[in-house]
Amino acid sequence: MSETATDLKRTPLYESHLKLSAKMVPFAGWEMPVLYNGANQGLIAEHTATRTAAGLFDVSHMGEIRVKGPEAIEALNYLTCNNISRLVDGQAQYGAILNEEAGVIDDIIVYRFSADNFLICVNASNAAADYQWLSAKNKHDVVITNESSDWGQIAIQGPKAIEITEKYFKHNLSDIKPFRFKDLEYEGSSVLVARTGYTGEDGFEIFMPARFAKQIWDGLLSVGADFGIKPCGLGARDTLRLEAAMPLHGHELGPQISAVDCGLERYIALDKPEFIGKQALMAHKQSKNRKKLVGFELKEAGISRADDKVFADEELLGKVTSGTKTPTINKAIGLALISCSNPETDYPAGQRIFVEIRGRKVSAEIVSIPFYKRKKS
Amino acid sequence: MGLPANYKYTKEHEWIEVKSDSASAVTVRVGITDFAQSELGELVFVDLPKVGASIESGKSFCVVESTKAASDVYAPVSGVVCSVNQELANAPQLVNESPYEKGWLAEVEQVSPDSLKDLMTAEQYEKFLSGK
Repeated sequence: MSETATDLKRTPLYESHLKLSAKMVPFAGWEMPVLYNGANQGLIAEHTATRTAAGLFDVSHMGEIRVKGPEAIEALNYLTCNNISRLVDGQAQYGAILNEEAGVIDDIIVYRFSADNFLICVNASNAAADYQWLSAKNKHDVVITNESSDWGQIAIQGPKAIEITEKYFKHNLSDIKPFRFKDLEYEGSSVLVARTGYTGEDGFEIFMPARFAKQIWDGLLSVGADFGIKPCGLGARDTLRLEAAMPLHGHELGPQISAVDCGLERYIALDKPEFIGKQALMAHKQSKNRKKLVGFELKEAGISRADDKVFADEELLGKVTSGTKTPTINKAIGLALISCSNPETDYPAGQRIFVEIRGRKVSAEIVSIPFYKRKKS
Repeated sequence: MGLPANYKYTKEHEWIEVKSDSASAVTVRVGITDFAQSELGELVFVDLPKVGASIESGKSFCVVESTKAASDVYAPVSGVVCSVNQELANAPQLVNESPYEKGWLAEVEQVSPDSLKDLMTAEQYEKFLSGK
């Protein structure tokens, strides 16, 4: 570890984590909880609590970038790959910021407050770079501001998440549809409650002025205690998102991989007139040198990890982008980026591949993703 | 958790329990210490050596895996693996719950009595840990 404790940033919840016996680790320039120590805590307990009751996640390290002005829609349509015009007030949308080669600079969620006021939530590791890129590439009448230090962010996820959040804020929130958000009045200010998440469970991601983060965190834990809520670290966050087959920038997504090759097709609006990466995307779609993101399950004992090579018999196909044995699925699973000519038809579920683990080829089977789907309530 | 007084220990946080000895060759049982299991976190998989495999002191002979990472366990002695803990296939967490007893990894025979000399006593390992 090259960073010292003093170089790392701390969220408003740092002290809260210490009080909860968190094991703190450096992540994207921040000192974050990877798990919490103690009875009934730890990665497996935290992951399981999120699937059966509720998990509480400090995501204040994520970045927030504001785009405001009369050409906000045009600006975002140019700078990102999804169709911003489809959004209505109070709606959120997953998408990505692409470079000219259609590589992914970051995956994002865009929140529309009004036609001239948008907030983009970006990954902690890319916040500064995203803001630089957007500012440099913008050619529309908007003001782009990096609001990351103004915001705290907490995610509450799981079957009991909505109930707990309603109880804490004393407000009906179940009328917020998926990928919609509400601006709630809170202590003379407001908090944004969005029905989004990174776990495959129902729940909210809550944005608040940084000074309110601690009391909201403590409050949700307190109100949620009877429901079985647990604070969850980055370890559980990763196993949960993997089971839901949600990509992680730096693993499934990155500037070197074309957005059409890593599972983002659904979020790319190729019929938009002009946007950064469009030309490259059109060219990549015509190519026979494509890639495809697949989910797999090991069929022999072992666990595969990111960067393990993937083979079809002797032919090197690609590599694992994320892999581990996860608590709910309870099998060694992973995502892999593999070469193919036609992503629609090549390497369907059921096909056998090999993953090289510490020099040994281990048999695996491609499975459809997500690995986990929550029951409809 | 108290360190078993009759075990020997290594700087890599493995323990050795002598099971039988003769003048020429010794059989030992090995595992990792409570400190090691605590550092690793909850284990979800243990990749044990094959019975009959020759192992060499200081070289990796087993891999223990948590959700987050795979870690080598270094052979504390040289010899031949004569049995492995089958329980770990279904319950790798035994290493976390009972690192000195139920979570043993393997038994090794034909260990030269000499290779046991440089190992630490419980007291020495205790001191080594407090220096961390």
